[in-house]
Amino acid sequence: MSMSVLQPGLLTSIQDLGRYGYQKHGVIVSGAMDAYSLRTANLLVGNEENEAVLEMTLMGPSLLMKKDTLVAITGGDFSPTLDKKPMPMWRPVYVKAGSVLEFGACRSGCRAYLAVAGGYDIPEVMGSKSTYLRAGIGGYEGRALKEGDELHFRPQAGHAVRFMKRLEKAAGSGSYASTSWYAGRGSIPQETDDIRIRVTRGSQFERFDHTSRHHFFHQPFRVTPQSDRMGYRLTGPVLQLQDPLEMISEGVCLGTVQVPPDGNPIILLADRQTVGGYPSIAQVTAVDIPIIAQMKPGKTFTFQEISVEEAQRLYLDLEKDMEEMKIAIHLRIM
Amino acid sequence: MNQIMNIDEFPMQMFPLGESAIRIELGTSIHPDIHRRVKRVTDYLDKHPFPGMIECVPAFTSVTVFYNPLQVRKLHIDDPELKDQTCYEIISTIIQRLASRMNDTSSDQPRVVEIPVCYGGEFGPDLNVVAEHNGITPEEVIDIHAGGEYLVYMIGFAPGFPYLGEMSERIATPRRPSPRTSIPEGTVGIAGMQTGIYPISTPGGWQLIGRTPLRLFRPHEHPPSLLQSGDIVKFRSISQEEYESYRGANCR
Repeated sequence: MSMSVLQPGLLTSIQDLGRYGYQKHGVIVSGAMDAYSLRTANLLVGNEENEAVLEMTLMGPSLLMKKDTLVAITGGDFSPTLDKKPMPMWRPVYVKAGSVLEFGACRSGCRAYLAVAGGYDIPEVMGSKSTYLRAGIGGYEGRALKEGDELHFRPQAGHAVRFMKRLEKAAGSGSYASTSWYAGRGSIPQETDDIRIRVTRGSQFERFDHTSRHHFFHQPFRVTPQSDRMGYRLTGPVLQLQDPLEMISEGVCLGTVQVPPDGNPIILLADRQTVGGYPSIAQVTAVDIPIIAQMKPGKTFTFQEISVEEAQRLYLDLEKDMEEMKIAIHLRIM
Repeated sequence: MNQIMNIDEFPMQMFPLGESAIRIELGTSIHPDIHRRVKRVTDYLDKHPFPGMIECVPAFTSVTVFYNPLQVRKLHIDDPELKDQTCYEIISTIIQRLASRMNDTSSDQPRVVEIPVCYGGEFGPDLNVVAEHNGITPEEVIDIHAGGEYLVYMIGFAPGFPYLGEMSERIATPRRPSPRTSIPEGTVGIAGMQTGIYPISTPGGWQLIGRTPLRLFRPHEHPPSLLQSGDIVKFRSISQEEYESYRGANCR
């Protein structure tokens, strides 16, 4: 065994970047809600970006580490401690066998990620390790973690082992040691931030009435408690169609903003269905999905329109930043 | 933003869905002819994915194609016509170039899949509701349901769940006033003019008329869905004994 679950937390599951290629069979993509934090966590421990990590929600788990391991915690700040001592985030950390990793109150964000060097030893189902909760497949026995679960790690790569040994020396008799440098932390909105979520127009944007289209970009929306991995349900100005619309179900994407007849929009997220039958007013740009994923219920924000060209430029810029971060981390841990 | 061209002498429109997907619209109504166009485009793209394509998802009247903008940019940098275009322009140009080749009719001959169903009893607690609602006997409901041929328009809603063509209105029945909290895998139901099969256990408000021993969702097989878009489904009434022997064979 490499790690035991002492307390599972609210919803802790294994996720990678998602299950692609099977949507035509009705199989949802799943994967991390905040892909940016997942990728960063993996890079920090020398893994491939797409490796599976633990995603925790609002209230994190308590874990008994049974093996010396190199770990990284990213995403929301869940006040992580190791043997009761505060543990730093967004950097590689050596943790000693026998220590207890605890996540407490969620101080910022909504989801945190725990990557271990080598990755969790989880079989792939349809090319992915992500947990598909509703179908009960993938991840750890197709479900969220429970008390008493035992997770194995796969062997760490040579460079990760060497890097861990260096940190281990620095730890001395303490139960952990980390680097002084850190990376990332891009996706976590601060409490005081005025959040703007950038969107392109949705397939049925023109079918909404003038007032609704105006309100959509000028009035704040609030995240409701009925928000989960499938979608974020919002309240704000009620959005109405110009004329009744006979919708025929069509493919939907990560970030599609659908408007059911009650006029309250829903942002479709990681566990969205593959097709949808509500009119779509907008499409959240990929680079802003992690910000949505880190918003707790109660948070307010506004939508801001950008062009598809701009959205693609933002996507390419983020990929360039990730590539640079990857190189910078490699130079330090290799 | 939209390009129009012809496939099968029908206008094909394209729209961006954010930065990583494009929707190809091939019609505006649920109809077998439009479905065939959807299937031709899907089959072509599945067999000949363009560099940077991730997957495509067929629906009633459209195909949604997912791509990786970074890959699309990198992989088409040497194409003189494409190198100065935006990612979306590159994708729409590629699809336009391919459109003339998407008229392959070889896949038009559908596969027929027989679904054995044990109707009524504990598997179909609402069979009598459907019969009473339509003023016919339960046996007649079974004959009408099993006598139909149903085109699989698409798979969605749940893994392996087929959106089937219209059912006879002689057995059409509204949904239950309040949904059941859990409906077992394999249950066959009716909602209005629609019939369907639940591939995984889920809550639902459909009228339940029977259950199939076949597994519609097979996560460890390829493909993971028993039914595919374009198949024809025929239901066959089986006894409880046959149901049990199917289940036994499935488990081995």
